[in-house]
Amino acid sequence: MINEHLPALQVVVPLLAAPICFLILINRLSWLFATLVSWLTFAIAILLVMEVHDGTVLHYEFGGWAPPWGIEYRVDILNAYVLLIVSGIAAAVFPYSWKSIQKEIPESHHRIFFTAMMLCLAGLLGMTITGDAFNLFVLLEISSLSSYTLISLGRDRRALTASFQYLIMGTIGATFILIGIGLLYALTGTLNMTDLASRIPALAGSRTLEAAFAFLIVGFGLKLAMFPLHLWLPNAYAFAPSAVTAFIGSTATKVAIYALLRFLYTIFGAKFSFDYMQVHWLLMPLAVTAIMFASIVAIFQDGMKRLLAYSSVAQIGYILLGISLVNVTGLTASLLHIFNHALMKGGLFLILGAIAYRVGSTNVKSVAGLGQAMPFTMAAFVIGALSLIGVPLTVGFISKWYLILATLEKDYWPLTVLIVISSLMAVVYTWRIIETAYFQERPANAAPVTEAPLSLLIPAWTIIAANLYFGINSGLSTDLASSAAKMLFAGSL
Amino acid sequence: MGFLMGLMPDDLIMLALCIPLFTAVGIYLADPWPNVREGVTLVGSVLLFIAVVALAPHILAGERPNLALTEILPGLEISFTVEPLGMIFALVAATLWPINSLYSIGYMRGNNERKQTRFYIFFAIALSSVMGIAFAGNLLTLFVFYEVLTLSTYPLVTHAGHEKARNAGRVYLGILISTSIGLLLPAIIWVWYVAGTTDFTAGGILAGHISGPLLTLLATLFIFGIGKAAVMPTHRWLPAAMVAPTPVSALLHAVAVVKAGVFSVVKVVAYIFGLDLLKTAPGIEWLLYIACFTVVVASIIALQQDNLKKRLAYSTISQLSYVVMGALILAPLSLVGASLHIAVHAFGKITLFFAAGSIYTASKKTNISQLNGIGRRMPWTMTAFTIGAISMIALPPAAGFLSKWYLLMGASQEQQYIAMSVIVLSTLLNAAYFVPIIYAAFLKPEDPVQERDHKEAPLPMVIALTITAAATILLFLFPGLALELAQAVGVPVS
Repeated sequence: MINEHLPALQVVVPLLAAPICFLILINRLSWLFATLVSWLTFAIAILLVMEVHDGTVLHYEFGGWAPPWGIEYRVDILNAYVLLIVSGIAAAVFPYSWKSIQKEIPESHHRIFFTAMMLCLAGLLGMTITGDAFNLFVLLEISSLSSYTLISLGRDRRALTASFQYLIMGTIGATFILIGIGLLYALTGTLNMTDLASRIPALAGSRTLEAAFAFLIVGFGLKLAMFPLHLWLPNAYAFAPSAVTAFIGSTATKVAIYALLRFLYTIFGAKFSFDYMQVHWLLMPLAVTAIMFASIVAIFQDGMKRLLAYSSVAQIGYILLGISLVNVTGLTASLLHIFNHALMKGGLFLILGAIAYRVGSTNVKSVAGLGQAMPFTMAAFVIGALSLIGVPLTVGFISKWYLILATLEKDYWPLTVLIVISSLMAVVYTWRIIETAYFQERPANAAPVTEAPLSLLIPAWTIIAANLYFGINSGLSTDLASSAAKMLFAGSL
Repeated sequence: MGFLMGLMPDDLIMLALCIPLFTAVGIYLADPWPNVREGVTLVGSVLLFIAVVALAPHILAGERPNLALTEILPGLEISFTVEPLGMIFALVAATLWPINSLYSIGYMRGNNERKQTRFYIFFAIALSSVMGIAFAGNLLTLFVFYEVLTLSTYPLVTHAGHEKARNAGRVYLGILISTSIGLLLPAIIWVWYVAGTTDFTAGGILAGHISGPLLTLLATLFIFGIGKAAVMPTHRWLPAAMVAPTPVSALLHAVAVVKAGVFSVVKVVAYIFGLDLLKTAPGIEWLLYIACFTVVVASIIALQQDNLKKRLAYSTISQLSYVVMGALILAPLSLVGASLHIAVHAFGKITLFFAAGSIYTASKKTNISQLNGIGRRMPWTMTAFTIGAISMIALPPAAGFLSKWYLLMGASQEQQYIAMSVIVLSTLLNAAYFVPIIYAAFLKPEDPVQERDHKEAPLPMVIALTITAAATILLFLFPGLALELAQAVGVPVS
């Protein structure tokens, strides 16, 4: 009975929980409630994955209004997979956030924090699950507005400018998306994705359709931080509170990539996107530049959050590169990297939060001597860094393997070389931190530090352990990613 | 301990991988009691030795025991298969670990080194990854443990923690990680892409899948991607690693790590390419010439070093390229020579490093120019050094003679005259950089001013280097087991 409502509950539960978080006047209770809701959401996502992993597609008609008039939620392997990632990261960040925000956000704002996090989660999950293009825009705005709030909660005053910068760029992106969807509506008279997909082939050659396509690519390009539309990202990640960086950094851009894939493959269809519009020749050079440029910039950063933010821009480049290869292996690599990168960056940002909690700074210099003072935190960082580099037995290796295989299938060996070189640059920028932590003494006048509290360590280690688990036993992630990739290709031919 | 002998071969593989790891845990737990901690190391290393020795009869009988652990990617497993080459490598490492542990105890205590617990822990982890490399059943497994070995030896290289050690650590990681991720990994993925498997199979898996210049390119990626084999220009990490405490230089950078490199080269040539396929690769002889070049040039550089460990390091680079040459001559006989040389050079070179460390511990001398007359104060050490040096030069009755003999026979069979003349020339060069040390130590008068009055090094060190020197001679007199294994390398089981 309840099972058939799972798709709705996936979004409705966190959406309704958000105002309740604000109404619970005791901070700690509000947090406990939010944590429970995030776990419940994760459980729903797991149930959904179990229902659709064999290829079934779930349809849910909101309020009983049949599509294409009503809003339809449509769950297939692809979005169930993304739901799992988003809710899984949330389930680790919520328990973590209590301790972390004690030192980073004034107490009066704690309930706002939980409310905005919950709204952001609801928005991201909704964007992923919806089968309605306009509904996607609405939920995108919910997640964006709440993330502007979350970023501005950072204790550094520069968080305000970072948030404002993101607000301007994000709004431009959202406007572009809205224009794109509006043009599609004007052309077809429908907003339902399946319905759009069936009507678009008849419109081949329409200039309006091409314009809609262009607006949507640029709009989602902004939201997913595609080079050179990534300028909002480093500041936003650097000045947001640690828990926010961990959550947004590993989920928000991923959901935007999901939405892009949905439009490219399901709505416009691979024939239109790749054969006719040749969008991969736009994505590939941008992806290549992102990988090279952002990796080089990351090497020269002094702030670790900013360093990892630039690394994220490069990693998003990998994902776009896989998409731009337009073969099943490449798409599998991209989808896998969405999962794997969420685990790497989620884990690493949570660790930075633990360092910030004890040391009060996330500058590279501030980790000096922490190898001895915070052994468990730094050991987790080393594993996360190895995963980012792509060392075997970590998830990073699985992504690289598929991505390199995809470039070989296409005979694009210069791209193979590029992937390898950028992995080596990841060695350079992560090893600087590791060397400082293990080989430099803490400054004599610095206050003594102890290991991070368990309430920070356990969530961080859970995600870091997942980096190893899914690196050794990648069955779940590779199965889901490759069936989703095959489904996208098969569905759009 | 007889119960280990009765176990099934795949259990023994598991044991060989796990014993060093359990030893590492035991060392961590025994941190407060140094004597117990050293006891754990010794017991663990002896147990590993027994487990590996117990495997040998199975391999000689023609079995190829197999153990699959987990499937990382569909069709791509972490799995282990023991074959003769891996058996040689594992036997060498497992034999030398207990001896080296004995030596380490003397060295680390004699020099009051810091953080000894960490030292022994990473040493044990490194040994576990050596076992993983030796028994790897496919390229992916080999690669995984290859990287673990690099990472676990990094804290050992940078053990001293000062600026110089840190810089050396950067060179070490920089070269080993960048060659492995930059060249070796793409090569492995390429093999998987064309052949659909990376399993080590006698006779190779690539025949019919790749040919022409691409084959040469793939071989080049492997030779330079396996940076641990120290073929020039990827050799710089080895002299850099000499800042490590001497037991590390001895077991890891004369035996385990470098042998993991040349072992991988031989394994790839014999079990991935296959000799017959590689012969068809155009220009493949240039890879052989690069190895020849490395042999000669490293020897010439060794001649100019006054620091004893540095000289030994360059000598190692030169000797490693013998093995690479043996593989690339592409004759079955030279493959036997290459496999033998892995074992033979290990015993000789570890003796030389042991001697260098014991000289340092007793006298704090590091340079060759300070060694005049030291043979009279340290007769055991310098006699062992002489035996090691004879083995390097490849004179009977030391084991070095054996492997060079097979290398020469293989080269003449294939009419590789350049390789033959390089072997002869480098023998002369080896003599030129070792004989003066022996001469100075025994025959030159001692310098009148001595900083410290010393005798032999601590007893555990002397025992250790005597054992390895004796083994170098015994291996020449009784080469049966090693030779039988070496002759089975790359030969399919009928």
